[in-house]
Amino acid sequence: MSHPKQVLGPDDVRRAVTRMAHEIIERNQGSVGVALIGLQRGGVWLADALGEAIDRIGHTVPVGSVDCSLYRDDIGLRPVSPGSVSDISFDVDGATIVLVDDVLYTGRTVKAALDAVTDYGRPTAVQLAVLVDRGHRELPIRPDFVGKNLPTSSDEQVVATADGVTISSGER
Amino acid sequence: MKHFRSIAEAGPDAVRRLLDLADHMAEVNRRPNPKVPALRGKTVCNVFFEDSTRTRLSFETAAKRLSADTMNFSVSSSSLNKGESLRDTIETIAAMGVDAFVIRHRSTGTPWQIAQWTNASIVNAGDGWHAHPTQALLDCATIRTAFGRSDGFDGLRVAIVGDVKHSRVARSDIEAFSMLGADVTLVAPKTLLPPFTDRMPVAVTTDLDAVLSEVDVLYLLRMQTERMTEALVPDLREYTARFGLTPARVPRLADHALVMHPGPMNRGVEIAVDPAEIPGSVITQQVTNGIAVRMAVLFDLLGSGSLPEATS
Repeated sequence: MSHPKQVLGPDDVRRAVTRMAHEIIERNQGSVGVALIGLQRGGVWLADALGEAIDRIGHTVPVGSVDCSLYRDDIGLRPVSPGSVSDISFDVDGATIVLVDDVLYTGRTVKAALDAVTDYGRPTAVQLAVLVDRGHRELPIRPDFVGKNLPTSSDEQVVATADGVTISSGER
Repeated sequence: MKHFRSIAEAGPDAVRRLLDLADHMAEVNRRPNPKVPALRGKTVCNVFFEDSTRTRLSFETAAKRLSADTMNFSVSSSSLNKGESLRDTIETIAAMGVDAFVIRHRSTGTPWQIAQWTNASIVNAGDGWHAHPTQALLDCATIRTAFGRSDGFDGLRVAIVGDVKHSRVARSDIEAFSMLGADVTLVAPKTLLPPFTDRMPVAVTTDLDAVLSEVDVLYLLRMQTERMTEALVPDLREYTARFGLTPARVPRLADHALVMHPGPMNRGVEIAVDPAEIPGSVITQQVTNGIAVRMAVLFDLLGSGSLPEATS
């Protein structure tokens, strides 16, 4: 595997998060009925960061997390290990749910998360926020809020944290 | 993991993994709709050669909450009564397409024997006096949750009281509790102790009152009168007086101490108090947690595969 190349630094991530927070408020004309749900595990820090950024704009939204391992379509094909406990302590019925993940790739995780969240109730709408959209979708899923579009090849790896976004090529 | 037949065979890594997984399953069970599609298309067959209420229903519920299909085999209405052998019976059921057998049998080692006849995964739901590993897991999950000890049980003092000799629950609990770091003491009359306790990671005493106030967990075993072929205790009332949880003993437990029982209870024998009146009783939680740990076991056995783990 080659040396990871940094695509976004910590400041870039912070600015992207702030912009996405504004976009979420703008799209939903405020924060009434909006709730963020981070996808375990990569999306949880981003959901927290978006929640804090929305706070700074003067709105408050509940933030939860969901582990969608038990809804994946590759159960029985590869090891699937739910590493964490879902935490959705607000009412999903009638809410506008913003699913939050670090990297959007095939879309299969998001599909599993949609199935998981709709088991908690019937949201009015579900939107998708990701820090990085790296392409290669295998399902008809598109993000509503994107930090950075990052064209990649499928053998590259993308890591997105609060400290930045790196891309490294090589075997997986 | 292919089979789950004993705590020792699974090992400490698997036990910890299953307990973490059980936390996840417990959250599923708290949802308004406590069902996930994880094991769609898988079939779990319960094969119980001994009577059971909670274990069989618990496994069946666990399988259903993971969306697996279930089959139930009961001996009394089976072709075993026409003289069909155990092997033919298992091979017949396996030919219908079964991904996991949940086995309870009066003979030690049956789950290992059956594993040689089928490619399906085997879960031991109790074999003879030997092992009942999902009971041990649910007991660990209950203690872990009650004390918030997901790090392990270092320093926890557990007393297992009563008919240790005939108890597969006690054997599996001793393995699991000590594996997680607890200090285990067996409290029983000598006639109800198994041989070779000196080779087990336990202390042994015949005096319940001496340890009562010091334990964090008081684990009462059922007097298994159906397994007793000889007079091992002179009288059940004397047993209760010396080893039972009586109203007089309840206040002498530490405030934080848990009282556990694997069920079914012999009221008035090992437990002479209404469990609802014992502040530290977690006997109901044990039953609830049983579903979560059995979901964890079934998912661990049937939910993985050989492809590399997904990254996104």
